[in-house]
Amino acid sequence: MKTSTYSLKSLVLVLIAALFSCKNDKSVDVTNNNTIPEVVDFNFHIRPILSDNCFTCHGPDENQRKSGLRLDTEEGAFTALKDYDEDRFAFVSGKPHQSEAYNRLVSGDTSEVMPPPGSNLKVSEYEISLIKKWIEQGAQYKPHWAFVSPIKSKLPKLTNKDWVSNEIDYFIQKKIEEKGLTPNAKADKARLLKRVSFDLTGLPPSLEMQESFMNDDSDNAYEKVVDELLANKHYGEKMAVHWLDVARYADSHGYQDDGLRTMWPWRDWVIHAFNENYPYDKFLTWQLAGDLLPEENIEALLATGFNRNHKITQEGGVIDEEYRIEYVSDRTNTFGKAFLGLTMECAKCHDHKYDPISQKDYYSTFAFFDKVPEKGLFGTIDANFADPPNMTISDELIEDILTFINKKDTANVNVMVMKDSVGIRETHILNRGNYDAKGEIVSFDTPEAILEYDTNRFKPNRLGLVKWLLSDEHPLTSRVFVNRIWQEFFGRGIVKSVGDFGMQGDLPTHPELLDWLAVDFRENNWDIKHLVKKIVTSSTYTQSSVVDEQKIAKDPENIYLSRMHRFRLNAEMVRDQVLASSGLLNEEIGGPSVKPYQPDGMWSAATSGRGLLKKYIQDHGDDLYRRGIYTFIKRTVPPPVMLTFDASNRDQCEVRRLTTSTPLQALIMLNDPTVLEAARVMAERLDEESLENDDKINKAFKLIVCRDAKEEEKNLLMEYYGDQLSQFEADPEEAKKFIDVGEYPPKEDRNDVTVAALMQVIHTIYNMEEAITKS
Amino acid sequence: MEKEFLENNLNVNRRHFLGKMAMGVGSAALGSLLLPDLFKGSGGAGDELPLGIKHFASKAKRVIMLFQNGAPSQLESFDYKPTLNKMFGQDLPESIRGGQRLTGMTANQDKFPLVGSKFAFNQYGQSGTWVSDLFPNIAKITDDICVIKTMHTEAINHDPALTFLQTGSQQGNRPSMGAWLSYGLGSENKNLPSFCVLLSRGRGNGQGVYSKLWTNGFLDSNHQGVQFSASEDPVLYLNNPAGIDMQSRKKMLDHLASLNEMGYQEFGDPEIHAKIQQYEMAYRMQTAVPEVTDISKEPDHIIKMYGADCMQPGTYASNCLLARKLSESGVRFVQLYHQGWDQHGNLPGEMPKQAEDVDRASAALITDLKQRGLLDETLVIWGGEFGRTNYCQGKLSEGNYGRDHHPRCYSMWMAGGGVKAGTSYGETDEFGYNIVKDPVHIHDLQATIMHLMGLDHEKLTYKYQGRRFRLTDVHGKVVKGILA
Repeated sequence: MKTSTYSLKSLVLVLIAALFSCKNDKSVDVTNNNTIPEVVDFNFHIRPILSDNCFTCHGPDENQRKSGLRLDTEEGAFTALKDYDEDRFAFVSGKPHQSEAYNRLVSGDTSEVMPPPGSNLKVSEYEISLIKKWIEQGAQYKPHWAFVSPIKSKLPKLTNKDWVSNEIDYFIQKKIEEKGLTPNAKADKARLLKRVSFDLTGLPPSLEMQESFMNDDSDNAYEKVVDELLANKHYGEKMAVHWLDVARYADSHGYQDDGLRTMWPWRDWVIHAFNENYPYDKFLTWQLAGDLLPEENIEALLATGFNRNHKITQEGGVIDEEYRIEYVSDRTNTFGKAFLGLTMECAKCHDHKYDPISQKDYYSTFAFFDKVPEKGLFGTIDANFADPPNMTISDELIEDILTFINKKDTANVNVMVMKDSVGIRETHILNRGNYDAKGEIVSFDTPEAILEYDTNRFKPNRLGLVKWLLSDEHPLTSRVFVNRIWQEFFGRGIVKSVGDFGMQGDLPTHPELLDWLAVDFRENNWDIKHLVKKIVTSSTYTQSSVVDEQKIAKDPENIYLSRMHRFRLNAEMVRDQVLASSGLLNEEIGGPSVKPYQPDGMWSAATSGRGLLKKYIQDHGDDLYRRGIYTFIKRTVPPPVMLTFDASNRDQCEVRRLTTSTPLQALIMLNDPTVLEAARVMAERLDEESLENDDKINKAFKLIVCRDAKEEEKNLLMEYYGDQLSQFEADPEEAKKFIDVGEYPPKEDRNDVTVAALMQVIHTIYNMEEAITKS
Repeated sequence: MEKEFLENNLNVNRRHFLGKMAMGVGSAALGSLLLPDLFKGSGGAGDELPLGIKHFASKAKRVIMLFQNGAPSQLESFDYKPTLNKMFGQDLPESIRGGQRLTGMTANQDKFPLVGSKFAFNQYGQSGTWVSDLFPNIAKITDDICVIKTMHTEAINHDPALTFLQTGSQQGNRPSMGAWLSYGLGSENKNLPSFCVLLSRGRGNGQGVYSKLWTNGFLDSNHQGVQFSASEDPVLYLNNPAGIDMQSRKKMLDHLASLNEMGYQEFGDPEIHAKIQQYEMAYRMQTAVPEVTDISKEPDHIIKMYGADCMQPGTYASNCLLARKLSESGVRFVQLYHQGWDQHGNLPGEMPKQAEDVDRASAALITDLKQRGLLDETLVIWGGEFGRTNYCQGKLSEGNYGRDHHPRCYSMWMAGGGVKAGTSYGETDEFGYNIVKDPVHIHDLQATIMHLMGLDHEKLTYKYQGRRFRLTDVHGKVVKGILA
């Protein structure tokens, strides 16, 4: 005990020292442009090299440490080396050639050189020069940036503030200028409206909205639109999609037989919470500890479903405890990734190789999630859709309290929730992570390097854990969330590795901005809409996405945001865009997940043959046109179209989706009946309108691309329309076949040929790159 | 430029590639026919790899994995244990079981009565390999295969064991073996996906399969296994809609490319050109996939060899034939899953049917590849996720028994590129319960497959969430004893 108190004090001192030293970091250059910076910084330049190349053998993991040398702490790095008789040190301040670590890096002797040739690691010439210069400048260690509480720094001074709209832009413009770049002008109004509409509601702007915004010349026209979208009932759905990835939400249990589960009322709660703009502290408290609040709260209890969304086995013959441990591990890992932005899971079997998280820390955190009266294998398939502990949602409950749940019938629904049973079991360290290799007993605690778990302040349960997360001095909670919200709008986080703020993670590209946003968010009572509005009303966000060769050359990845990024819509939005633009969208919110069109046989081909989900039974009518967020997710066979557009398979907590471009996506846009049906229905409607053909085509273009077609685009599409018209006139049977798609009732007196020709044109517009892109 | 264009690893090479690409690729390029397969006429796969990852000369260029899903019994197939017949009904000695953990299905049994194979074994070929009567056709090709009798794993349940074999980890969302090879070696044919998955189901007790078994994990989704189906669309949404023929489709794509090119002129975003390329490849796939999945042009003697079942899409035999065609066309990794091998009970009734469904076609595939001169460069792997117990699960009677899951030893076989043909590797004890010589862990198998493909399993890594991941986690040794 004594030693730990002592080391804690010294840690606090180091942290305080760091707060001051951080102020000098402003000129630090994060990019690796191969010029050695004037001041070499430990956090930004040296630790990433040491972590990546040295920590595996000279880092936190005691059992793997070679020659007793530890380089992840200052103390370790400046302790005399054990393997030598005389005093030698890894680093000698100011003297690279007396620093054994440096000598080993440049050694030509294969038995001496570090990293050893067998490790497959190599430190580059550039990195060696950095280390040399850092030693020359004093070899100063600093605490890892992410473990030091953020402070709100002053806004950078700018000579010209014409471009600036709010605080965000100060930080962004400063960096842009330093890089010799200039920001783009504002995006044109149509593009901007489409961008912000998708970003805030996941849906394209309606024609009326387009009309009114284009005609609104007032100064605050854009702000009005933003407010309107933030108040839109679809905002909650858009924001929920990311959270469902984080929470690994799905409609099936996930292993083997993969039976049905009924967690959808929890999903309805998430949408409700975003729509009601629950502050993040409440949002988080209810999900992590809603069962432990001082006063019983049914809604908060439902929110704890977050920690029961993990996979659950129904495979007869499994060892119960092995799987129960698996579930608790999943909660612990999810907690680490979602709230701390750390790879906790690396410390399950041994001390973390890079970050100061010991195996004991892992199981001490694990302890918070280990007191649930649950089983590894509750029953066989279809025995229960919600293994205990669970809550029953009745009509009365919905009428009185849970008004946001969209229950379709009178039957009660069971939802898995959290519950602690005090004294149910001791938590042990599990050697090598094996469920039956019980080691030392541990009590509730968290990794000390992040923030001490002071039992005077924090109770020994999940409610205490939440208080710990939300305490003012916590270095990670706010940063991690703000960073992910940033990612939602800019495609990459200020820390690109949104799930890893540890030693191996990416460094923030704009550290002061991240910290400013993190503190501001907390100071504004964790108001998520406030944060979102700040972002979307910045000039950084509203600038155009046009890019020239110079910008590509100077900043190919657009790290410095001298232009807006262009993004393909995510999987859910691609579907929603198709349905909304064609007028097919069923705007209903919440309820049991639905099964839209899907190619035959996908479930049957993969099933064990047991359970309700062995065969895909497609829905009909309105249920075919629900938003993507409501598509049924069977974990072992996730919706194929969604997966092709990079959606999560909900196997485990995911904080970032990739955005890829593949031919399979093209095939979907070309041949999926969902897209074809939308084109058909829009064609039927437009064909009847008393408009000239070019106006019909322009209207379709506006519905899908959300802007007027340019003259050359219109000409090309008109030429194509004429061509298709004569094609189908020559072969009306083909026209009939083509328009016979989808279950939506056809218009009775439609003209097959003109509808088919128009449908071809509309289908082509759906396939345009810009149609499913925010530009 | 053409070659680079062919590489599937667009994301890695994209900037480089786009830099070199001429403007206005749009409509002109679509007119071209299918471009010739990359590997034909070149010095061999891997000469020009997108990542340059190949570490040494490879024996094999492509893999076909015939996965027997559910765990076929080694004791009724390749691991002959007459002692078990002699000791029929006697309890498994505790000294042999040695504390092996049991599944929940037999953990409560108070007796573990030994039971031998109901099916006779004989030795075949110059190698004298033991094969049971259930596999008469595989028995004929024993001189082309290497039977590994000492496979072992850590998992005792289907889901984790399958996941372990395919991804190197029992839990989690890590890339599948096929995805790793696609990532490391790229594609040989730009008209087809580099990792294809084919499913079939036998008549025995089945266990499901899951798309995470062919997931790309944290790798680019280009490396995801593409599931082929027996339906009209062999690949998801491959076919044009009714009323639209290829000519009409081409016209649409030409117009589309022009529209997208206009977008490029405005934004200058290289992603727009990438999108145009993806549409071109989709169009080429529409021709290439039906060609490769069309077995109507296969000659009679081939059909006979695989068995009449091969004419019926979705059967194991049909998938074997399709695997040969895909592999021949340059698909890097063809993964079959055949379900139905989980004989907890009624093994003597179920296993002959299972065996009958796969025996002929498995052997035919080897023979077919050999006759085409492709066996040398194709690695074929046959086997399941774990073995089965030497004792009976449930009630033992003279004519009937079942077997529970057994992770400590089981058999697989490999053939083709770089594998020592006509051998058996490793030995189990007389009870068929423990390994006595040359164990092969799942990670060793993975390391060996990588090795045969020219990859060092310790070097093919991908950095994700701060850690360098690899298929073999931090384990695995190449099994030198099975290399030719």
